Amino acid sequence: MMRLEAKKMVATGDYTAAYGALLCDVDVVAAYPITPQTIIVEEFSNFVNNGITDAEFIMVESEHSAMSACIAAQASGARTFTATSSQGLALMHEMLFVASALRLPIVMPVVNRTLAAPIGIWCEHNDSMPQRDAGWIQMSCEDNQEVLDMIIMAYKIGERKDVLLPVMPCLDAFILSHTVEPVDAPSSDEVADFIGKYDPVATLDPNNPMAIGTFSPPEYIQELRYQTHVAMENAKKAIRETTKDFARKFGRDYYGLIEEYRCDDADVVLATVGTVTGTAREVVDELREKGKKVGLIKLRFYRPFPAEEIKKIAENVSAIGVYDRAISYGVGGPLFIETRNALYGLDLPVLNFLAGLGGRDVVKGDIEKMYEILLKAKKEKPEKEIYWIGTRGVSI
Amino acid sequence: MEIEGEHHPLDEYLRADRIPHIWCPGCGLGTVLNGFLHALEETDIDLKNLAIVSGIGCTGRIAGYINVDSYHTTHGRAIPFATGLKLANPKLKVVVISGDGDLFAIGGNHFIHAARRNIDMTVICVNNYNYGMTGGQLGPTTPLESKTTTTPYGNIEHPFNLCHVAHASGAVYVARWTALHARRMKDSIKEALNKKGFSFVEIIASCPTTYGRRNKMPTGLDTMKYYKEKSVIKHGIEPEKADIEIGGEIIVGKFVDIEKPTFNEEVEKLIRRFHK
Repeated sequence: MMRLEAKKMVATGDYTAAYGALLCDVDVVAAYPITPQTIIVEEFSNFVNNGITDAEFIMVESEHSAMSACIAAQASGARTFTATSSQGLALMHEMLFVASALRLPIVMPVVNRTLAAPIGIWCEHNDSMPQRDAGWIQMSCEDNQEVLDMIIMAYKIGERKDVLLPVMPCLDAFILSHTVEPVDAPSSDEVADFIGKYDPVATLDPNNPMAIGTFSPPEYIQELRYQTHVAMENAKKAIRETTKDFARKFGRDYYGLIEEYRCDDADVVLATVGTVTGTAREVVDELREKGKKVGLIKLRFYRPFPAEEIKKIAENVSAIGVYDRAISYGVGGPLFIETRNALYGLDLPVLNFLAGLGGRDVVKGDIEKMYEILLKAKKEKPEKEIYWIGTRGVSI
Repeated sequence: MEIEGEHHPLDEYLRADRIPHIWCPGCGLGTVLNGFLHALEETDIDLKNLAIVSGIGCTGRIAGYINVDSYHTTHGRAIPFATGLKLANPKLKVVVISGDGDLFAIGGNHFIHAARRNIDMTVICVNNYNYGMTGGQLGPTTPLESKTTTTPYGNIEHPFNLCHVAHASGAVYVARWTALHARRMKDSIKEALNKKGFSFVEIIASCPTTYGRRNKMPTGLDTMKYYKEKSVIKHGIEPEKADIEIGGEIIVGKFVDIEKPTFNEEVEKLIRRFHK
């Protein structure tokens, strides 16, 4: 590929994701269009057509085929990339499990979009979160800079020999995918130096034939499941180390699996995901000015889940809230379920706030409401665990 | 037909609250919708007994605009959904209206098998040569050498000839028109609606915004002029001889009209065999 100098770009989240893949010198991209992801693979096709990279660009018939093509390419030793959203991710579901079980560190940004029915195109996390058990490292970005940095880190983390798992960086539909922000892009040399060459453990090679993913009796599968489980556990260490290395090299620190904001002396904290975090930071500052001791946890990773980090913070606060943009019907938001699981045994209220489903805006007032409920929960036992913020026909 | 004031003669067929539609100026979809509704008007189909199913894409929006039972399915799955409707309620008239990307890329498998089984339904495919709604990428019908966002130096993939696919898969009625052939298109849709078995009408339609602008037909009118210049009516021609090439003839007409027992008839036959 052509050498790319470091530059400051003004770019959408989708362009940034494509540029991230370019910087990482991916070998194969398999693509199928779906709003609001389309621009990612389309921009990458421009890089190919303009001769900036010599990557192979494969146009396929569906997302299921896109993931299948990536799996085969990665298994033959290539570094691969694709992107999807919503229905496309749901259609890919079957192949996601194959990618992780074959230990192929494919990187695939998912632009979070609501999953039908009814059909919508706006932001909701009910596309990526149901992929929880597929064995993919899954994280959410707050802004376009994080999209770029996370794609670079995704290859570094996923390709580590103690991890070897595919990675799914998520970005909120339109709020990031189609919104222009300034982004600092490092040079391709710096990125190459940081992530190194993809050095697969085993590759499909006609000169040294082997079979992968073949029919396996019960004598083998359980150990493979265990190994993938250990790999996901190892990913925590890999993420912590990689964000540190990244900060040293590029000057931007993402603090491992979560980022704490004004949590040190906080009475109550709210854990948020995705772009809502940016709004929540402002609310925290405003409430702090009014003397309310509130803090914020930016939940970056869903898999592996930062249980230890959250528990450490929860030990020093009197109530914790979790914001979710998806719902596991009848139980609560996926992040809430995980958080409560992580905090099992601790005696403090863990509350769930659902807002912004189907792409509805989450505004400062919504987040103020969440903190208000948390501060109240500090004083008296809350009546319920799950709060539907800004929902017609539902009183809080 | 007289148009008075703000009332359109086809208003009763439309969900007025959904209008204006989303289609770009110069798009062929309005003509197709119009042709379909006029065809419908000329049949004896009871609107209460009609279901329209569509998939994803610009054409997929048609189901939402027509005021009958309709379903906007997931990408590529209009035909399996329609199959379920027809098998559960054989008296229902089932129509699928969707685009070339939806019916022949992600949903291609369903098309060939519904045609093979001769499920009694009408499939209308609006072929605009590209994935219009997502911004104009290469699709399964993009003619060789055409420019799309993902093939800026020209397409190198051989496209489907949809009528050939339909015929080879077993469709009992196959016709192709362009959006220019408004009346003939309407007549074919009417015939297809009245036909028993798997009937297929392909309508080649302009997409100035994402396809035309990249292929020297920047307006809907340019595309219409192109259709006028290139279209040749050849009824009864073997569909395999009606490939579409950029700059070449666009062969239109009714290509196939045969009789064959439908899937439902075969089911009934089977049931009768065991209930003697």
